[in-house]
Amino acid sequence: MGEILRQNLLSPVALAFALGVVTKLIRSEFSLPKDIYTALSVYLLFALGLKGGVELAHAGAAAIAWPAAATLLLGCITPLTAYATLRRLGKFSIADSAGIAAHYGSVSAVTYIAAQTFVKGMGAEPEGYMPTLLTLLESPGIHIALAIGAMKTAAPDRDTRSVLHEVLTGRTMVLLVGGLVIGLLMGEKNWQSIAPFYDSKGAVFKGALTLFILEMGIVAGSRLGDLKKVGPFLLGFGIFMPIVHGALGAWLGTLAGLSVGGATMLGAMAASASYIAAPPAVRITLPEANPTYYLTASLAITFPFNILFGIPIYFQVARWLHG
Amino acid sequence: MEMVPLKLVTIVAEPVLEEQLTTELKRLGARGYTVTETRGEGSRGIRASELPGESIRIETVVSAEVADRLLAHVAKQYFPNYAVIAYVSTVEVVRGEKYV
Repeated sequence: MGEILRQNLLSPVALAFALGVVTKLIRSEFSLPKDIYTALSVYLLFALGLKGGVELAHAGAAAIAWPAAATLLLGCITPLTAYATLRRLGKFSIADSAGIAAHYGSVSAVTYIAAQTFVKGMGAEPEGYMPTLLTLLESPGIHIALAIGAMKTAAPDRDTRSVLHEVLTGRTMVLLVGGLVIGLLMGEKNWQSIAPFYDSKGAVFKGALTLFILEMGIVAGSRLGDLKKVGPFLLGFGIFMPIVHGALGAWLGTLAGLSVGGATMLGAMAASASYIAAPPAVRITLPEANPTYYLTASLAITFPFNILFGIPIYFQVARWLHG
Repeated sequence: MEMVPLKLVTIVAEPVLEEQLTTELKRLGARGYTVTETRGEGSRGIRASELPGESIRIETVVSAEVADRLLAHVAKQYFPNYAVIAYVSTVEVVRGEKYV
């Protein structure tokens, strides 16, 4: 375990993240221009979708049925466990609990990519259709948590339908689902012609990921000061909830027949907290929920924890489950 | 040139509210509006909404009656939980009929 952790901490992803945090700690004015950050995320998501679509064509419906069912089940469980933990043990308000749960029920695509890079580096090649599972996990969690919040708080004139529309038609969904469809339609031969640019094994993808993670480090670093504001419970929640969800994901993934690499990635997906799709959706539907709580928990606690320590832990759990 | 006095309503708000606010102000009687991205600091601090993105400033020229309605709506719906300010000033325009 120690050796795996050491390898992960010395990976370009972890080190670039650390540089981002340091950039904030030394109060440098540097950050990636917003448009470049957006462009990088478009590239990464589209690349994931395309490759996933090509692989999906090989896999066939039968192979993916159980993993897909396990993923959807996770998407329904994780917002509920997060909500119950926050509400019962943490004594958070209904709106705050539901708001944070929406983030933990959804998924962070960057954590997904980091997990993919990690397991491939460990020689545990994951199933090619993993991006399909990523799209399945993106939205149910947000919807369930927001529904709990909307049911339990007096909701004056909130346009929930437009929020659902926004989540389902956001950047992540368009690029992932669109990429999957294109990949599925174009087939292996056409993929080869664009693979040098988009393949996650390639230099372009890995380079782009490192730059993107650097900016994520800066974003997380700028929230470190808020750690004092959120209190010890949320700090613990941001670390222990992912471990529970990660182990659950690795276990369900293993039961559904995923390999060690695939189960690790499903664990990392379940453990991760969204910070792109969830925040605006929560801000609109649950205005009483304090953004400092959900943004700090998902960005400054859970994201770094997963990138640095969580993924190797889920990998270890998956290996142990596979005997 | 003949000038007509009307009300300019200015709303500065978190970016997530843009779509909702513009839809609502048209429903409440505004004929048009201008949105600009903007920055600043208020009682809730610089990172008012804490979500990424610049704040927005919505401006609309309306009758006194519509201005009242808009302010009342914004006050009731958004002041409690969002970083939003709104104010009314009197402006003079040509083509007064264009705005009411």
